[in-house]
Amino acid sequence: MLVSERKPWDEILNCLAQDESVFIIACGGCSEACQTGGEKGIDELSEKLIENGKKIVGSFVVDFACNKVLVALKLNRYIAELQKADSVLVSSCGIGVQAVSSMINLPVHPADNTIYMGGFSGVWTGEERCLQCGDCKLDITGGICPYANCPKNLLNGACGGSDKGKCEVDPEKDCAWARIYERLKEIGKLENLKKIQSPRDWNLMQPPAVRKRSIFWALEFEEEKEKMVRE
Amino acid sequence: MKLSDLFKKGKFVITSEIGPPKGTNIQPLLEEVELLRGKVDAINVTDLQSSVMRLGSMAVCRLLKERNFEPVFQITCRDRNRLALQSDLISAYVLGIRNVLCLTGDYITLGDHPQAKPVFDLDSVNLLKAAKTLMEGKDMVGNKLDGAPDFCLGAVVNPGADPLEPQIMKMELKVEAGAEFFQTQAVYDPKKFENFIKATEHLKVPIMVGIVLLKSAGMARFMNANVSGVFVPENLIKIMASASKQDRPKKSVEIAASLIKQLKGMCQGVHIMPLGWDRYVPDVLEKAGLI
Repeated sequence: MLVSERKPWDEILNCLAQDESVFIIACGGCSEACQTGGEKGIDELSEKLIENGKKIVGSFVVDFACNKVLVALKLNRYIAELQKADSVLVSSCGIGVQAVSSMINLPVHPADNTIYMGGFSGVWTGEERCLQCGDCKLDITGGICPYANCPKNLLNGACGGSDKGKCEVDPEKDCAWARIYERLKEIGKLENLKKIQSPRDWNLMQPPAVRKRSIFWALEFEEEKEKMVRE
Repeated sequence: MKLSDLFKKGKFVITSEIGPPKGTNIQPLLEEVELLRGKVDAINVTDLQSSVMRLGSMAVCRLLKERNFEPVFQITCRDRNRLALQSDLISAYVLGIRNVLCLTGDYITLGDHPQAKPVFDLDSVNLLKAAKTLMEGKDMVGNKLDGAPDFCLGAVVNPGADPLEPQIMKMELKVEAGAEFFQTQAVYDPKKFENFIKATEHLKVPIMVGIVLLKSAGMARFMNANVSGVFVPENLIKIMASASKQDRPKKSVEIAASLIKQLKGMCQGVHIMPLGWDRYVPDVLEKAGLI
C-alpha cells in the first residue's frame, strides 16, 4: 500500500497560476485509500480550484493511475475535454503522475506528495519510478522525476557529464535532465528552468507514523493480526 | 588575493591546475608547482578528480598558500553533505583560501571506489548559493555565523555542450547563485567558442577558456569518444599522430599556444589543464605571448 498526502494548497494553486482550465485525474487505488484520490479527492480539488477562479473542464477516476493501459483507455474517452485544458492536475503517487505525463502533451501537475510505499508499489507496467521523497517536484520537471532518474539527484539542470542526451554513469541511459529539457520545451514550460530550486529536504522521506496508521493499510494489518490470534 | 580583483583591474587572468597525489608524498607536486611560479595568477587544486581517492584539495591549497602561490580550492558535491560542505568552506577560509570553484563532481562509479555511497546532497547551483550565504554571515538555514568568510566564487561551464541552451540556462542560475567567474571545459574549436561567448554576453561575467594539453592522438580520440562536449578536430589529431614520441610535447605546446592566441580576444582569462604535463605550461604561455 502506498501513502500519499495532499500538497499544501498554496503550492497547488501556485503551480496552476498560469492555467485557467484544468482537467483533474484521481487514482482510485492506493490514493483513494489515503483519501487523497478517488471521487472524494476530485470533489475536494474541484471545489478548491473553482473557489480560486479555475474552470474544471473534465475529470475522471482511474482505478490505478500507475497502470498506463488503464490511464490510456480513460484518456481516450476525454480527448475533447483535454483539448480545452491548459493543464492536468493528478492526484496519485509519483508513478501515476509520470504515467499520465508520458501520455499527453500538456503540463501535468502533481496534487500530492508520495511519502511511503510500504511493501507494495502499485501495479504499473512502465519504467517510471517514485522514490517516495515526500516533496514531489514533477510539476517543475515536466512529469519526469529527477530524483528517481538522475544518479546525482540534481535539481537545477544537467551536470557536465550529460553528453548528447546520455548519462555519464551509463551511456545507454538517457540523461534525465536532457529529457526534462526536451519535455519542458515541448509543453512550453522552459521558464521552469529559470528559477533556482532549493535543496531537497531529506527529512520528508521519513513518513510520519500517524500517516501510516490512517489508511486502509492499517485495517489489512489488523485483520492479519486477528487471524494469527485465532491460530 | 581574489581572482575577482584581477578581473576588475582588466587583467587577462591565467590559471593552471594540479591534481594531488594518491598518498602522502607531496614532493613531486611541490616541485612541479615551482615551475609555475610567477607565471600564473592562481593554481586550481582538484577535489578527488575522476572520483579517485587521494590527498585532499584543502590541504594542498594550504601548502600552496604557505609557499606564496594563490590556490583555487575546487569543491564538489559528490562526497560531502551540506553540513560538511559549509564546514569545509569556512575551514578553507581560515586556512587562507580565497578562491573557490564549486562543482557538482563526477559520479562515484567513474572512480576507484565504485561501491561508495554517492552524496550529492546539494548541486553546484545550491553549493554556490550556500557559499554566498556564508559570505553574508549566515548558514543555509539562517543561523548567524560568528565571523563570515569572503570568497571569490567560481563555477564551470561546457561551451561544447549539445544542446547549448540548457547549459546556458544553468550558467544563468550559477550567476544568480553567486558565481563571479567561469572556467570552461576544454576548447579546441574557436568558432564554437565564439558562438558560446555570443550566447553568454548578457551575463557580463568573466570567462576563462579551458585548454587541455593534448598528449597524443589516442588521448584526443579518447576525449572525442568519452568526454562530454569536447571535440578535438581531425587536423589536430593528425598533427599529434604524425609527431614522434619525443616531439609530441613540442607539438602539444604549439597547438595549445595557437588556440590561446585565437581565443584570448574573446574571453577574460585562460585556464590550462596540463593533466601532469605541468612542466610545459610555461612554454605554452610564452609561445602564446602571455608572459
